[in-house]
Amino acid sequence: MGVSRRIFIRDGVATVTLGLAAPSFLTAIAQAQGLPNRRLVVVYLGGGNDSLNTLIGYRDGAYYSRRPSIAVPAGQVLQVGTDAAGNTMGLHPRLAGLQSIFNEGRLALVQRTGYPNSSRSHFEASDIWGTANPQMSTGSGWLGRYLDTLPRPLDALAAWNTTGETPRALLSGQSGVPAIPNATTYTFGSPNRGAAAQQERNAAQTMATNDASGRPHLAYLNSTSRGAIETLDRVAQASTYTPTVVYPNNGFAQSLRTIAGAIVKGVGSRVYWTQTGGYDTHAGQGGGGAGAYGNLMGTLGDGLFAFYSDIRNQGLAPDTTIIVFSEFSRRISENGSAGTDHGAAGVMMVLGGSVRGGLYGTAPQLSPGHPTLENNSGDVRYETDFRSVYSRVLDQWLGVNSVPILNGDFRAGAPAVF
Amino acid sequence: MAQVNPEIDHLLRRAGFGVSSDDVDIFRDMSPAKAVDYLVDYEGRPDDVDARIGRPDHALVNASEKNLFSPDIDIDDARQRWMFRMIHTRRPLQEKMTLFWHNHFATGFSRLAADSGTLQGAKMLAHKPGVLRGPQGQIELFRQYALGNFRNLLLEVSKDPAMLVWLDGQSNTKAKPQENFGREIMELFTVGVGYYTEPDVYAAARVFTGWNLRASAEYTKDDYGDINAYQEFMYNADEHETSAKTFSFPIYSNGSRTIPERSVSAGVQDGIDLINALATHPETARRLARKFWNFFVSEIQPPDPGFVESTAAVYLQSGTEIRPVVRHILTSPWFTDPSVRYARYAWPVEYVTRAIKEVGWQNFSLDKVRSPLANMGQLLYEPPNVAGWHLGPNWFSTGTMLARMNFSATLASSQKEFLASSLQPEAGTTQTIMAAMLDRITTAPLDQVPQQALMSYLLAGGSWTGNTEQLNTRASGIARLLVGCSEYQLI
Repeated sequence: MGVSRRIFIRDGVATVTLGLAAPSFLTAIAQAQGLPNRRLVVVYLGGGNDSLNTLIGYRDGAYYSRRPSIAVPAGQVLQVGTDAAGNTMGLHPRLAGLQSIFNEGRLALVQRTGYPNSSRSHFEASDIWGTANPQMSTGSGWLGRYLDTLPRPLDALAAWNTTGETPRALLSGQSGVPAIPNATTYTFGSPNRGAAAQQERNAAQTMATNDASGRPHLAYLNSTSRGAIETLDRVAQASTYTPTVVYPNNGFAQSLRTIAGAIVKGVGSRVYWTQTGGYDTHAGQGGGGAGAYGNLMGTLGDGLFAFYSDIRNQGLAPDTTIIVFSEFSRRISENGSAGTDHGAAGVMMVLGGSVRGGLYGTAPQLSPGHPTLENNSGDVRYETDFRSVYSRVLDQWLGVNSVPILNGDFRAGAPAVF
Repeated sequence: MAQVNPEIDHLLRRAGFGVSSDDVDIFRDMSPAKAVDYLVDYEGRPDDVDARIGRPDHALVNASEKNLFSPDIDIDDARQRWMFRMIHTRRPLQEKMTLFWHNHFATGFSRLAADSGTLQGAKMLAHKPGVLRGPQGQIELFRQYALGNFRNLLLEVSKDPAMLVWLDGQSNTKAKPQENFGREIMELFTVGVGYYTEPDVYAAARVFTGWNLRASAEYTKDDYGDINAYQEFMYNADEHETSAKTFSFPIYSNGSRTIPERSVSAGVQDGIDLINALATHPETARRLARKFWNFFVSEIQPPDPGFVESTAAVYLQSGTEIRPVVRHILTSPWFTDPSVRYARYAWPVEYVTRAIKEVGWQNFSLDKVRSPLANMGQLLYEPPNVAGWHLGPNWFSTGTMLARMNFSATLASSQKEFLASSLQPEAGTTQTIMAAMLDRITTAPLDQVPQQALMSYLLAGGSWTGNTEQLNTRASGIARLLVGCSEYQLI
């Protein structure tokens, strides 16, 4: 995986360019592209989320018999009603915030999302969710290809990645994405003050304008440097934001706070990326809705609820959609370490002020031999292709044609979340 | 003076961490072949670097929370000790390879601390035997096997307490075999995706059932536990699954793909047989060769097939010894080709170490590099996952590039007076001061545009006199611009 990723980027380097327009023109470009309107926030749960404990079929006896020490007791689940197949479902007890958004009709839970022959490798699977091509885990990502459809010159902040490195979903041959984990530390240091410090910034910017012809790797570094310097002032705006709610003090919630600042201050990014890890729960998942997995759910639910509430208080919820995914779900039966190993299809979430909430798709039946299962009934079989969810987001939310971006037509049967 | 000649400088950037003025004295009169021998045959020189911690002519360390510097049991102190080693070691290739293995067998502190507490988590990774009881930490294992035998290293890693916690081997039992380590030993540590199957993963999980941990008497899962407490490898015979295990690739030299059924007392041999098969698998040899291409030779050009085959052959013919492999690489025409100079993206710790070696370390505390390194995406002992860091161009985004630029400012600021005083003899004209700085801080070739920007910056405060105030400002400013520029990110 690593080798092919490097090869792709190396091939792509020659054409990677960030917006080169002067900072003062960027906002105008952003407005001309209609950027301040709808925006997408992508949340990746790193490690493979155990969906069966996120959205729980708590009336399925096999759920309890196959997960004797990690099942969530029926009395604790937060009820969200019955799906199209008549399965009564409940959310993990630490997802109270998400239940309230569900009750407002603004949270869609898409069950059994995945693809045929699901990869059980973290790295291959997360790359497949990025490329949106189960046959190819290298190359550009679906959001990168979306950014490539936007008019040129592309605003340097057309997308905003809150993690340190660019996820495959945002990779593209033509559209660089800045990584801005924390707006308040996104500043330019100097050993000097006053005029000398400003002269240094000017010199650094000029040095990075060198087109470095014949040295594409150096050109790539220069375009990254320019992107950093050119976005400093607008990001500084976002860092002045005072939220309307208190965000939990963890990395995930703080990244959502940064995103809220960017949205409210009108930075104009169309796509935001954040993630939270620790989902590779091979051991010690915890029982009774508590323990390690309970903490993961608390981080996820509390962070999303704070963000959604903040954005709603600002009147911006109707223009904001959040999608939540993981590279795979986990085995149905717990292992000997009170954890679960790598599995297959899982649940995706779509939430926001314009989302049509509800339970989409049908839950798996966990008794061995049931057709909703695969791999000798070890794993959940997919029902909804994850690319059909992507297609809905692209066609109905971001307003572009999903077919060329996804290299195929996945619109039929897509869950009608908008 | 921080340059020897282009061949030696290239060698020291790749097989070490760049060239300090001390290195110039050592390597000035060596041929490239002698320099390779000096780096590869490091065992003739004492491993005395830790004893120099605290010397005033070296970089400083700060005890992070307690009054006592405790690198065996405090992860932030362990990070400082390793940075100190990379800057001041007399065995740069040993530290370089330790870093390589840390990425190859990537194990993260946070997970260990969540399982066993911060003290035990740090000890499992960084414990250097001598004072405390317990097995050596994982990094000391990598240091011991830096240029050692890969098969032996793989076996030791499979029994390493940090790895047994990290990939859940500690709970791998016959009733519920644990797939985590069984998968990664094939996907990431040896043959790679495409050369094993899902049934192989299940079989490998069963092979390693019973490869668990045993705690010493004083051990408790507690941050403030006994510093002499430890966990160590134990073959838990009662938990070994004894039936035969069949793989999709040969396990034995006669071509057999099946590890036979064994008694519980002999069952540890299952794992040894699988490790032998994986270490000597031709795809492991090729995969390591490709990783070494990217590490030592180039990230700009794809691995040359001739390089991969010849390096894999040396590996297999030597019985999986790494020392002859690295010697082969460093003396090969692919490595010495001038076109591969500066064709590799510096990892953050390489970048920071080289910058400190070239700019200076006067009164500079290595505690100050932790948070910049985290912002650049490489906190030591905290790789993002078991696949290690994403290398090459993946190191660079606007945020991480800004973190590099800002580290250059922090370092230049801390060395302001030192730079000004040591450059005073060269301060006569803009040409002499610029030449002195470019000799000291070595970048990939600078085109006209950056050269002119640097000269303009030198003159932006008014005409050049070379007085103390001007030198203070402009020497630190030039150092900041050089260390923070794109050309410096390549090694």
